[in-house]
Amino acid sequence: MTEATVSWLSGPVLRAHTTGRFHVSDAILVGDNRLLGEVIRVETGGIVAQVYEDTTGLRPGDHVTSSSEPLSIRLRPGLLGNIFDGLLRPLAAMPGDTVQPGMRETVPVSLRYRPVAKQGDHMHPGQLIGEFGSGVVAGKHLVPPGVGGEIVSIAGEGDYEDDQVLCVLRADNGIETQLDGGHDWPIRRPRPVARRMRPREPLVTGQRIMDTLFPVARGGRAALPGGFGTGKTILQESLAKWCDADVIVYVGCGERGNEMAEVLNEFPTLEDPRSGKPLLDRTVIIANTSNMPVAAREASIYTGITVAEYFRDQGLHVALMADSTTRWAEALREISGRLGELPGEQGFPAYLSSRLAEFYERAAHVETLQGDEGSVTIIGAVSPPAGDFSEPVTSQTKRYVRCFWALDRDRAQARFFPAIHPLNSYSEDVAALARWWQARGNPDWMDHRRQILTLLEQRARLERMARIVGKDALPPRQQLTLLSADLVNEALLRQSAFSSVDRYCSPERQTALMQVILRFVDRAAQALEHDVDLERIAAMPVLRRLQRASEEVPEEKVAQFRLLMARLDEEFDQLERRESHAR
Amino acid sequence: MRADLRIVNAAQRVEGPLLFLKRSVDVGLNEALHVIGPDGIKRLGRVATLDEESLIVEVLENTAGLGVADTVVSMLGEPVCFNVGPNMLGRVFDSVGQPLDGDTPIPAMRRMRIDGMTINPARRALPRDFIETGVTAIDLMNSLVRGQKLPLFSGGGLPHDRLATAIAQRARLRDSDSGEFAVVFVGIGVSHDVAEGFRAAMESSGALGHTTMFLNRADESSSQRLLTPRYALTAAEYLAFVEGRHVLVIMTDMTNYCEALREVSASHGEIPGRKGFPGYMYSDLASLFERAGCLHGYDGTLTQLPILTLPGDDIGHPIPDLTGYITEGQIVLDRDLDRRAVYPPINVLPSLSRLMDYGTGEGFTDADHPALASQLFAAYANARRVRVLASVMGQEGLSDNDRDYLAFGDAFEERLISQAMARTLEESMAAGWQILGLLAESELTRLSNEQIIRYVRPEKARA
Repeated sequence: MTEATVSWLSGPVLRAHTTGRFHVSDAILVGDNRLLGEVIRVETGGIVAQVYEDTTGLRPGDHVTSSSEPLSIRLRPGLLGNIFDGLLRPLAAMPGDTVQPGMRETVPVSLRYRPVAKQGDHMHPGQLIGEFGSGVVAGKHLVPPGVGGEIVSIAGEGDYEDDQVLCVLRADNGIETQLDGGHDWPIRRPRPVARRMRPREPLVTGQRIMDTLFPVARGGRAALPGGFGTGKTILQESLAKWCDADVIVYVGCGERGNEMAEVLNEFPTLEDPRSGKPLLDRTVIIANTSNMPVAAREASIYTGITVAEYFRDQGLHVALMADSTTRWAEALREISGRLGELPGEQGFPAYLSSRLAEFYERAAHVETLQGDEGSVTIIGAVSPPAGDFSEPVTSQTKRYVRCFWALDRDRAQARFFPAIHPLNSYSEDVAALARWWQARGNPDWMDHRRQILTLLEQRARLERMARIVGKDALPPRQQLTLLSADLVNEALLRQSAFSSVDRYCSPERQTALMQVILRFVDRAAQALEHDVDLERIAAMPVLRRLQRASEEVPEEKVAQFRLLMARLDEEFDQLERRESHAR
Repeated sequence: MRADLRIVNAAQRVEGPLLFLKRSVDVGLNEALHVIGPDGIKRLGRVATLDEESLIVEVLENTAGLGVADTVVSMLGEPVCFNVGPNMLGRVFDSVGQPLDGDTPIPAMRRMRIDGMTINPARRALPRDFIETGVTAIDLMNSLVRGQKLPLFSGGGLPHDRLATAIAQRARLRDSDSGEFAVVFVGIGVSHDVAEGFRAAMESSGALGHTTMFLNRADESSSQRLLTPRYALTAAEYLAFVEGRHVLVIMTDMTNYCEALREVSASHGEIPGRKGFPGYMYSDLASLFERAGCLHGYDGTLTQLPILTLPGDDIGHPIPDLTGYITEGQIVLDRDLDRRAVYPPINVLPSLSRLMDYGTGEGFTDADHPALASQLFAAYANARRVRVLASVMGQEGLSDNDRDYLAFGDAFEERLISQAMARTLEESMAAGWQILGLLAESELTRLSNEQIIRYVRPEKARA
């Protein structure tokens, strides 16, 4: 433990006289309230540090202590189902109605423990020592990275607190390490893995426009940019609810307090479609709302990704939602400005791009040290000022993500959600995921996808033309393209997050819906060839059934799509028969 | 609270809003103090920077008249606080919480920090109580709920004051047990007539007894302007979470607040961001707007209705842009509608209420309310698109269906949005079903067949 004395204070930045050794990035505790901070600069006999909390009341002469470790969080079982601040302090356990500054002792969690390894075993980093309890505190007790050796002693099966020593390891050099139920890990350092793997399977989100058109792979990186009111948060929440990850880490970074209340209020009442358990039981919430200290906002993103990696190392698939990375970049800017660094584009520090790269690179599909498979998928919301995607955070983010889900203001204003613009968005994971869709019963997925995108592209072009010559002046074929594209938009791409039927759409239902819609497109084109009047096609009763199919055919009745398909064929047969009779 | 600590002869330099002092007493960062010049006026200040020998004070009021030799500083030993207590309703205060109405000061029951404390997100209750404002464009299309922060984006010359006043007079819950309500009106850099107009309107509706006003006049200093909403929100928090009332805070005009923030930031020599506004404007606005909400275990709620005049009617300007990212939606007033004498001139398309989905529908308003609103949005958006088409090539090039949409668009603005008198939600919904009758049934993709048969067909038959 080294110590220092505060000599100068301004806002969250302080200087202190030191006696012991301090290093850049060491975590410090300041004053009687033990406010958490971090060393930024070291000089002879002094340090400059930033404090993560409200510095009101601090004064020269207050003492600073440090354990000479970088800013770390304690990773332990019992994180699931809970809400923490940006420095992983449990918010639900905090007394009072307001956020209290200062580090307090964490309350230990009681755990059921069952050892798997035994005395005398030689353990490598990441190897399984034992298992923890059940439910939300279930987990694997693994040797932390960087530790190893022979087991000198190990606890028997029973109930323990998470801070009790469960296992003692002796390394080859004779140094003994005591392991309890958790361990500290510096938030800015990625946790090691055996190897990174190529993306193979999608993170199924249950949102049609994403899974069908712009899928993200497990271990992938996606950005969700959009101006205010375009539905970023609702979409992030929908993903957190319905994507098929084992663990969700939801980072509310510089956003609204009520959004956290939404998650806390809704998730316990919703059921995970795969496990049948409440959704909250697979979720960790990291909340640093817009009115909490800015420096901690910068740290909250790293806290989130470190927690995600901790679960990944247990062989789980994790999805991290960061809402919003723009607020994080602004926190970087604010701190950088206070330190007097040279500003880059729009005042953001020049290292913005490399920080974004470091963050997104922590997403991966990996083989863990233990030999399991796990992944972290990052989905970062971006809030560009005035919805302008050319600003630094959006354009830099675009360099590092593989999926770009661009939200569109016009769609949002027509309350067309999800407001992802199909022509401005892309996914680089498509080719890698085609095989997965083949195995899930849609061998033509790539084709279907291309057909839909072509249709939407043509629509945009025709719409421009119609603006000049009038819709009626377009030839019937092109009018049919408009009709078909509208059907794709309404029936396939629109999906209400608040509809209990349609908020989640399984890959099977997506495929069935897409097939029946594309069948309509094909048959309508054929009918037109057979001289059927376009107005007749537009007036077909089955059209309305198609438009509302996503809302009216629930998950458990996917077979009804076959009936709908038969009905569609029948109506077209009739139309064509009548037409040939008339001739 | 520590005793009054007076420092005499410590001032070394006055520079803009900053006062440099020798440090002779033990003070902490951010603590409040009074700076007293030879004129005897007490100016509020706070400790901004300190080291072992000296300290820098940010004077929060006008520094004109301050010198070095004859300035006295008295330390208050705590951050800036506001004495709040019962009987605040019906009173008028100035920028820094002093009574303006000549009446006696209020009894200080509690001292609360004007910066407020960050509400623990885990203690927040989700706002879900629908507030009926009587305005169709809000109730039906962008519903307001208790605990929400919903700004009015307006422009110079638009009737935002009239609309805000109408909402303050009329807002009520639909069930009879609506609890004790209160209105806090915060005039930030407003002219006297705006404040007086609001006071008169509240008086005429008999609600003045439930209203507290905080007035910062246009000719007061910029640093004081930054304090006004903080004092007012502290009072609102007291009314909501100590006295258990449902408080509606109307803040006008937040654009003046942001201009003051820019001015003060510049006088501190800070690096300017977009359009000269400081980089921390988002965090600063959030520290005000995030004070709205509902808390578990408290009866009272705090709802905010800030008013912004968009500089140059530009919604992409940093002030509305950052506000929109913090608040839970926005109500946008439109100059074109206003010119066509549509009152209230609310453009529903860029307007939004994020909490609408939580406070409407089965068990909250009406089971068919969300579908109706969604259908009206879709149809009106399409009507606006068709209008653009028609403006280029005239109505002749349009299909019948498109002409239906043109008629719908006009009816939407003239019969649904425009209203001479307040409407109940039921009346608003009836008007909505009525105009949907102008469209072909096949266009109503967001309604179920039952909804069409039950509500739209009778309207069609009537037409």
